[in-house]
Amino acid sequence: MDSVAQRLSAVGAGAALELRGVTRLFGALAALIDVTITVRAGERRAVLGSNGAGKTTLFNCITGDFPPSSGTIRFFGEDVTHFPPYERIRRGLRRTYQISALFPGLTVQDNVYLACRGVSRGRFSFLRPGQNDALMHAADNLVQAVHLTGVKNQRVAELAHGQQRQLEIALALAGAPRFVLFDEPAAGLSPTERAELVEILTSLPAHIGYIIIEHDMDVALRVVESVTMMHNGRIFKEGLPQEIQSDPEVQELYLGGGHE
Amino acid sequence: MSLAHDARVAVRPAAEAQRPAQTWPEVNNPAAWIVAVILLIMPLIANGFFLIEIFATTLILGTIALSLMLLAGYGGMVSLMQLTIAGFSAYMVAVFGISGNANISLGWPWWLAVPMALALATIFGTLGGALAVRTEGIYTIMITLAIGAAFYYFTNQNWAIFNGHTGINTVGTPHFWGVDWRADIPFYYIVLAVGALCYFAVDYISRAPFGLALQGVRDNPRRMAALGFNVNAHRIAAYAVASFIAALAGVLQVWNYRQISPGSVSVNACIDILIIAIVGGITRPIGPYIGALIFVLLRTFALDFLVKIGLDGNRFRLLIGLGFLAIVFWSSDGVIGLWQRWRQSQRRPADRPGGGRSHG
Repeated sequence: MDSVAQRLSAVGAGAALELRGVTRLFGALAALIDVTITVRAGERRAVLGSNGAGKTTLFNCITGDFPPSSGTIRFFGEDVTHFPPYERIRRGLRRTYQISALFPGLTVQDNVYLACRGVSRGRFSFLRPGQNDALMHAADNLVQAVHLTGVKNQRVAELAHGQQRQLEIALALAGAPRFVLFDEPAAGLSPTERAELVEILTSLPAHIGYIIIEHDMDVALRVVESVTMMHNGRIFKEGLPQEIQSDPEVQELYLGGGHE
Repeated sequence: MSLAHDARVAVRPAAEAQRPAQTWPEVNNPAAWIVAVILLIMPLIANGFFLIEIFATTLILGTIALSLMLLAGYGGMVSLMQLTIAGFSAYMVAVFGISGNANISLGWPWWLAVPMALALATIFGTLGGALAVRTEGIYTIMITLAIGAAFYYFTNQNWAIFNGHTGINTVGTPHFWGVDWRADIPFYYIVLAVGALCYFAVDYISRAPFGLALQGVRDNPRRMAALGFNVNAHRIAAYAVASFIAALAGVLQVWNYRQISPGSVSVNACIDILIIAIVGGITRPIGPYIGALIFVLLRTFALDFLVKIGLDGNRFRLLIGLGFLAIVFWSSDGVIGLWQRWRQSQRRPADRPGGGRSHG
């Protein structure tokens, strides 16, 4: 490794997330092309772009759901490019899914409890949690935080869409998250529920950074400090929310034009 | 409500945390108590034939099917090799223990042969599971069926260990404390104890982190990985637990018949276990035992019944098949599903005039 690369990685050690030249191919289709992004610890960033811009593929590469075809991914300085998803999650990475990915056969409480258990010891424990189980209380608190206490003993299959979206967020906040990827958390939410979502996002502890994919600008630009614009699998523009909003090229592509 | 404190594991009692204690299985169900008492006093009411041919056999088959229920009901993995694992364990008891085939059996006492058989069968099932978890759905069924079929043909053709198609006969059974434990009544209680132990263990595990995570893997493996779980490790661990349960039942099976031969591990017998589990219902641990009772009753009495009405007695499988069709047609959850639906339809009219409205 040459000294330039060493210095670069030393600089990157302060970053929560550092992608270098990440490319993901699906056969002949390049979903991500040479994506290089650095996100500081605690930074909150929106990723914008039309459908097919590669936003969700970006998330899948970061979490390891699909490994990148080439490039490297560092999480708090550690090269996690070839780690399975669960190893990245145990290091403090979290994500939500665009289409709720929950456990419909289990109760709300059990869903959140599993999330808490997944990032702590005793995943294979054969002993039932007792009344004073710390993770049960942690799960209770999370359920309460996303306003689902009233339905916590209901099976997830019976929940309304908005409640499922809230549960989706609760699962991503279990344990001690250091960085969260939110994939369109506001999809299908009512205006009231969107306001609650904004409240949840803005009240996250300051050390928790996140990237949010969101089409709703009212939500996205109120909860982030920086914006990355993607187009056809590439990074198109990066900047502050106001800069991106007023950028004529961006407006042409995304905000104004809309249809492609 | 701010998330500021909640995103980390903060231990403070939530006000609404008054959930019922679920630390032990339900003990306030009168029907369960009645069944338990009947099972315990069974030797007083049933003769040797019913005790062994019906109830002990039901409990043994039910326990093998229980191991499938654990995998399929909680883990979403349909394994057709559970009987093969039980058969492997039975063979190992015969090979390491005492039998009429002195050239094959090593003659170890039962308390050495049985742990050896359990360990080897658990390893066998876990290795099979490690192969099977690389696939999903119908491919899991095919791989486990292939393992079952391969074992069946292997036992048929291998004479050095498995004694070919004649199998191993006159297998020794335990005698200690002056009791012949294969005598009808002691053996019934051994089978009942092992069956009950496995039943309660599976029921207990279903609410423990391991079991909950297994159900999570069933519902959404990708999300489980995104919550920090090693999904394949969890699946293989489930195979290990299920293999141990099947291996226990295998030991009882070889003591029951005092012999083991390839016919006991045939592909047909593997599929019987699936039928037992499905007919009983694979969502709860009691299902396999109900399915096994129906299966054993049909197998034992359908023959006489068919002969009586002038049909070939060997058609009893036709009855089982028709029953199987009828049950999966009307209830995807076997007899348990039918029972639960009946209970709900009984309860609903009773609830209405009471007016005790439940919210939520």
